[in-house]
This record gives sequence, C-alpha cells and structure tokens, in this order.
Amino acid sequence: MPEILQYGFMQRALLAGAMIGTIAPVIGVFLVLRRLSLIADTLAHVALAGVAVGLLLGAYPVAGALVAALLGAVGIERLRTVGRLSGETALAIFLSGGLAVAVVVIGLAGGFNVGLFTYLFGAITAVQPRDLWVILILGLVVLGAVAVLYKELFAITFDEQGARVQGLPVEGLNLLLTVLVAVTVVVAMRIVGILLTSALIVIPAVTALRLARNFRSALWMAVACSLVTVLAGITASFYLDIPASGAIVLGGILLFAGASLLGPRR
Amino acid sequence: MKTSTSSPRVWTVAETPVAELEHVCFSYDGERVLDEVSLRIARGDFLGIIGPNGAGKTTLLRIVLGLLRPSCGHVRLFGTDVAQFRDWQRVAYIPQKAVAFEARFPASVFEVVMSGRVRLAGLGRRFAAPDYEAARRALETVGMLPFRDRLIGQLSSGQQQRVLIARALVSHPDLLVLDEPTVGVDADAQEQFYSLLHRLNREMGTTLVLVSHDIGVISQEVTQLACLNRTLVFHGSPEEAMRSGALAEMYRAQSWMVAHRH
Repeated sequence: MPEILQYGFMQRALLAGAMIGTIAPVIGVFLVLRRLSLIADTLAHVALAGVAVGLLLGAYPVAGALVAALLGAVGIERLRTVGRLSGETALAIFLSGGLAVAVVVIGLAGGFNVGLFTYLFGAITAVQPRDLWVILILGLVVLGAVAVLYKELFAITFDEQGARVQGLPVEGLNLLLTVLVAVTVVVAMRIVGILLTSALIVIPAVTALRLARNFRSALWMAVACSLVTVLAGITASFYLDIPASGAIVLGGILLFAGASLLGPRR
Repeated sequence: MKTSTSSPRVWTVAETPVAELEHVCFSYDGERVLDEVSLRIARGDFLGIIGPNGAGKTTLLRIVLGLLRPSCGHVRLFGTDVAQFRDWQRVAYIPQKAVAFEARFPASVFEVVMSGRVRLAGLGRRFAAPDYEAARRALETVGMLPFRDRLIGQLSSGQQQRVLIARALVSHPDLLVLDEPTVGVDADAQEQFYSLLHRLNREMGTTLVLVSHDIGVISQEVTQLACLNRTLVFHGSPEEAMRSGALAEMYRAQSWMVAHRH
C-alpha cells in the first residue's frame, strides 16, 4: 500500500476530497453559465460568520456555517426577486456583511484562534469521521436535487425568460439553486477553506465549458477536472508538505490554462 | 395534440379569441409606454405588430406573455385572465436571437429543443419517448435534424433562429409569439423563415403574433396588421391599412422603416 493510504487521516482526506470534488463543480457549471459565480464567494463569507458564532458558542461550527449560509441564500434571493437591488449589489452587501459579522464575533471571542484558521484556509487532514458523514449526506442532497430537477435547471440556465413563459416556477428554482450553493459551500469549506471555496466551485466548471460539446458532458467533464485536481492536490500536499487547499486550486488553474491553450478554438 | 387543426374549422362570432386586450396601459417610472390598447387576436390569425422604436411593441408582447403586469386594463389568454392562466404550454415565445443565450453556452441543438418540453413532461420527471419524438419532429419541421448534436453557438444566426423555432414548436403551441425574430439573420435565411411561418399558420393553424420593423415583408405575410405607437394607431387587414393610408402615413413619418429596407 502506498504510504499516503496508510494513515487514517489521509484516507479520510482523500474520501472527503472525492465527495466534495464531485459536488462542487456540478453546482459550478450552473453558476458560471448564469453569471452568478460571485454567489459562491458571498455565501462562503456569510458561512464564515456562522463558523465564528459556532466557535463562540462552542457548537459544531459546520452547523453554524450551514444555518448562516442558508439564511444568506434566502436573503439574497429575496432581495433579487423583489428587485430593490440588482443581483450584484445584493451580493456585495451580503459578502461584506458576512465578513463584518465574523470579524465582530471573533473580536468578542477574544481574537483569532487555530480553530478558525482551519475554516479559513481549509484543513483536509483534520477531517473527522463525523465530518465525512455530514459531507456524504449534504452531498447526496445536492446531487439528488440536481438529478431530479436536471431539465428544469437546464431550462432556467439556458433561457430564464423562456422558462418563465413555459410556466416553470422560475423563482422557486432560483431559490433552490441558491440553497444548493449554500450547502455546497459549507461542504467545500472543510477542504479548501472559506477563502478558496468558490475556486473549487468555479474553476473546474470553467475548464469544462471550454471543452464540452453539450450540457451533459459539461457536467461530467467538470466533475472529472475537479476530481483530478482535488486528488492530485491532496497527494501533492502529502508528499511535498504544502497546504492541500492551495495545491488543489493551483492545480485547477493549471488545468484550466491547459484546456484554454490546447482545447478547441471557438 | 391539438384536434382543432385536423377538422375543418367552423368560424363563429362567439369563438373565444386566443388573446384579448382591453384598455391596456403600462408605465415605466411614471412614463406611459402603452396607452389604452385594445386588441383581439382570433384563432388562426397571423398578426403583425409594427411601430417605431420605443412604441411599446416588446412591452405589449411581454404583457401578453404574462411577464409584465399591465398598469391598467385586462388581458385574457384563451378566455382566462392572464394572472390566472396556467395553460402556458399552449403559448410559445421566440425572443430576439441576440438576447436568448450566450454564444459559448455548452448546449447541443437537441438539448435546446428539449428544453421547450420541460413543462409538458412534468416537473421533476424524466423526459419520455413522446418528448424525444416531439423534439425530433420539430427539428425535422425546421430542417435542422442533421444538426441535432452540434453546439448551438457554432451555428449561423439563421440556423440558431430555426432551432429556437423548433424549441417553440416542440410543445405544439396554439399561440406563437415572435419578437423581431429576423434581426441579424441573412436574407436567404429570412426567406426560409417566413415560408416556415406561412406553413405553420396556414397548414398547422397556429396563431402567430410577430413584432417586426420590416414593414415590407410583414405586410405581405400577415393576415392582420397592428400599428402601434404607444396607442393602437391602426388594426385591420394589410389591404385596409394600405387603403386607409395608415401604412403610407407610417412610411412617411418614420425613417426607421426605410432604413431597414435594402
């Protein structure tokens, strides 16, 4: 057995990485095509506020992150549908608001501690068996929702107005998608950290869009790109002693550059 | 499937119009864009809507499609108030090509056409054999079946337009609404496009509403003409429009139509 598989924490790291690496890019393809990539980053910062509250209260920080991200998702969608704010403005307010709450709560808790840093930059080797179960369940929720509503999500992504004319519940589907992003962000933050979460969601998707010949293949390619970079990144972090999160995102960018240079010209 | 098109149609005065607008107005930020527009679209009509830029043509379409709520007046589709209307698969919409989708969108022609069938197939259900068959037929009707696996963004504007028509036809709509569908489409493709519309209207009995600036083409093809300039200036057959001088008036008053005639 290779050395990397001899340790329980590395086994858990690879398992968690594989699961997150499957979920994140699926959501990413929809977000990138709808020009909503910034939502992932925004919800990650809102989730950080939840992590801070969780750490302050001594609760499970992932639960805090999930609650905060879901509230943020609903809030963003409401502001967008009511139309009082443009999508971008709503996102900017939530992003900075989430960060502000986090900073204040951290201050109340007496400053930064190690626990918080693992959420900021990711700590894949700190994944506990409990985290694996959380990732598995939340991941199945996300993939299940996409599988069941695949054709509806495609329709609103390709042409939202056309979907509306057809009589599809566009508002409901938009809210669902944002909620799925919130769940994905919470799942992904464990491995790449809140600061790099949107990279894991967006970069494999963008790479796949350069190569795909139809929508279904775009989803599969995004998952493939993501799995390659996540597993390679974790392996590199083990043998080269570098942070996994950084290695994963840099690997993803390299793959994107390769696809852009060598892929079909369009 | 529609049964109305297979049997000879009996015209009665009492027949429910496909769409009916009564004293419809609409304001953007306090500015009246549409004022007191009343219009009846009967089954089998091919209605052309013309008017200068900013005349409210697209706004009118969006109101008919339920995308905008009128500030006053009533809109009925197939006899039902548009706010209560749920039978949306009877209506299909072909937007201006430019606003429809991104050039790099990774969708095949077949996937695009299938997306017109989502509501009909049922929320959360998988597409079934009749859905695939309908998409295949719709592509055949517009002559794009050989391109079914091509990436939508790699087609010419005219071909993309035909794919969008196939997407609209795949739900067998009774009413097809088109907003400046030939913008950016070359002359040959335009000709094919209008002969396709002609077939849909005359042979398949689909009611068509077409917004266009191309007054020359439109007045040859349509059965009804509406001239819109915030209010409804004229509504009747193209021949009447010619006789009454409404067309000539529009020609004279507006350089925009001349500019588009090549």
